[in-house]
Amino acid sequence: MSDKFFVAVSGQPNCGKSTMFNALTGSTARVGNYPGITVDRTEGYYDKKGFEAHLVDLPGTYSLTSYSMEEVVARDVIVDEKPDVVINMLDATSLERSLYLAVQFMEIGVPVVLGLNMMDEVKKKGIRIDSAKLSKLMGVPVIECIARRGVGADELMQAVKQVKDETKGKWTPVNISYGHDLDPAIDEMTAMITESEFMTDRYDPHWLAVKYLEEDEIVIKNGRLAGDLSAKLEAIVKNVSDHVNKTLNTYPEAILADYRYGFINSILKQGVISREDNLRFDVSDKIDNVLTHRFLGPIIMLAVMYAMFYVTFTFGAYPQGWVEDGFGWLSSTLSSILPDGLFKSMLVSGVIDGVGAVMGFTPLILIMFAMLVFLEDLGYMARVAYMVDRVFRMFGLHGMSIMPFIMAGGLPGGCAVPAVMTCRTLRSPKERIATILTAPFMICGAKATAYIMLVSAFYPESATSMMFFLVIISWVLALCVGRLLRWTALRGESTPFVMELPPYRLPTLHGVAIHTWDRVWQYIKKAGTVILAISILMWALMTFPQLPAERVASYEAQRTQVTAESKSWDGSDDLRQAELGKKLNIISYAEGEEGLKTSYAGRMSEAIAPVTDYAGFPWQANIAFIGGFAAKEVFVSTMSTAYSLGDEDPENATSLSEKIAADPEWTPAAIWSVFIFMLVYVPCMVTVAVIVRETNWKWGLFSVFGSLGFGYSLSVLIYQVGTFLGY
Amino acid sequence: MSVSLRSMRKDQRGVVVSVNVRGELGRRIRDMGLIPGTEFRIVGRAPLKDPVALRMKGFTLTLRNNEADFITVEIEE
Repeated sequence: MSDKFFVAVSGQPNCGKSTMFNALTGSTARVGNYPGITVDRTEGYYDKKGFEAHLVDLPGTYSLTSYSMEEVVARDVIVDEKPDVVINMLDATSLERSLYLAVQFMEIGVPVVLGLNMMDEVKKKGIRIDSAKLSKLMGVPVIECIARRGVGADELMQAVKQVKDETKGKWTPVNISYGHDLDPAIDEMTAMITESEFMTDRYDPHWLAVKYLEEDEIVIKNGRLAGDLSAKLEAIVKNVSDHVNKTLNTYPEAILADYRYGFINSILKQGVISREDNLRFDVSDKIDNVLTHRFLGPIIMLAVMYAMFYVTFTFGAYPQGWVEDGFGWLSSTLSSILPDGLFKSMLVSGVIDGVGAVMGFTPLILIMFAMLVFLEDLGYMARVAYMVDRVFRMFGLHGMSIMPFIMAGGLPGGCAVPAVMTCRTLRSPKERIATILTAPFMICGAKATAYIMLVSAFYPESATSMMFFLVIISWVLALCVGRLLRWTALRGESTPFVMELPPYRLPTLHGVAIHTWDRVWQYIKKAGTVILAISILMWALMTFPQLPAERVASYEAQRTQVTAESKSWDGSDDLRQAELGKKLNIISYAEGEEGLKTSYAGRMSEAIAPVTDYAGFPWQANIAFIGGFAAKEVFVSTMSTAYSLGDEDPENATSLSEKIAADPEWTPAAIWSVFIFMLVYVPCMVTVAVIVRETNWKWGLFSVFGSLGFGYSLSVLIYQVGTFLGY
Repeated sequence: MSVSLRSMRKDQRGVVVSVNVRGELGRRIRDMGLIPGTEFRIVGRAPLKDPVALRMKGFTLTLRNNEADFITVEIEE
């Protein structure tokens, strides 16, 4: 790297770190992921007054242990990328806890600049903080900030420059005293580590000794790989641990934390903070008295969710329509320009229709994400998790899992794609994956169209209550499968619910816009490329092999014959034309049906028929399910093609419903077999693409084949038992 | 008299006496600053009485009842 500064911005969650990061980097911020994990990595540049710096935003963490991905990432960036300076933003309204992270950065030794954020709120509460004194006692620059208004941004960078000039890249770890039980052990271990240069290329010896006492899993694992010294260090830890357990009934890690807080308190007590305000009831608590009230809370929560839904699908419909119209225009323009043939068919039916269907979701995702980011930044999402945690815990999930469920279609009409993406708010990998895998069971907008078509065919009298019943089933299935997964493939303790309920703070427009756009752009980019490939594949499956030439010729001959015969029909010219049109249509439908049955998709349907017969699917449903993997909307259009009605408009499926209702293959057992299969069989390809993106290929495949197996088993059970009982 | 944090009622104040849990939970509790000597006040409970919310050190913390079991407190009247 050039002589540009490399600066990491860190802080505890909800301290205004990202707001300050945005203020520093302006529009240069770009989001990516840390390699191999889904934690966001935001980078940007500060360039003012001839001073350039490259900034990276570390994930928000309360400390630097090695339990969560965020903590490990934050630590690894410090150790491996060696930033020149760390800017540590602090929430000044909760100074004691905020300094806990700062102390840990100082222990690693990286030069630190402290940004005391929320100084306006502190002043409003009538508290005085002596930042000069804090700076002197901590030995690091302290800058007062109001991140929302960008106050303190330039001063922070000045301090960074000053610190860099003074330290000249040299790190000086701060050694806190951990008392007479631990200090001798730390000294002994530090000496041993220094002497044998044990992992000292990466870490400071003293810090390593402390981490051994904290029984830090990652450090100890690396230590064991690095050499024999590890065993000796672990023995010392064991000794100390036994000793403090016997004498003080505690363990080293707790003592370390106590001393760190003790160190912080000794500084704060020297007149840094004028008056402590720790237990005061503030505005946020008053709001919480209403928003998390035993009866009102859940009602308001449902109202908020319903409103989000309503806004997304009511207002989102307009831009969605524009995007679809745009693709429709493109499709018809290309159709009229290009000569008939396979290339045109691929471009129009494969590429444009496939990608268009996906891009049509973009406005919905944008709107839903904007509202969600807003609620999250406001502090409301933490309250929702708090209210529903008890229920979700029974199913092995976390309170935070509710949002993905709702978004995926917990109220019918959602979409699993943004839902899977929101699972990022879940901290524990196991609970997160369980949520990602079960959220697609919900009735998304596409499945809703299919159900509306089917329900109105079979249960015209009680369509609404049937839909409601299906929604209930989707929730029950999702929660029970979540429970099942957490007992089997994703077994593990539930994540603690030790969370902060952040004070309500109105988010900045800039922050919401940046976060929303980043996520939407990732959706467009990544999902878009995968979808393009699968759309072309699906198109090919439903197009090739084409009807043999003699069959095409035979249909052509039928057409010629009918046209010729029509001349001798009775009635007026108009009547004859109408009759001819009808007959020609019937021939085209027959050709279409035969074409579909001849295609690879049709053959696949035939090939799987012996298997799906156990579940009682009519052959039309078979093909529709294959098509439905691309997007569940395809289910309705494929069914209508398969029933040779030519009415491919899913909005106007009444005649299709009638036709289906008349088909004797649809016994009640077959109907419910199809209903349940549709609910779970596979997430659509966009969702699978996003699941792969958010986890890995393994879970993507598990989601496809696991759901397929589960759905099939349920369907076979329903069909066989139903048929046995005579339905 | 020392009791478990679980048994406290809304609006009661208390001081943490000890946190008897190791591992991830213990670490999270300490990271949040809930260490012996910390003063707090119960500000509310979720609609199903669990989790519980506490006000301490200038912010609001939530934890589940079965997590509160590990924390012994002295109630201040």
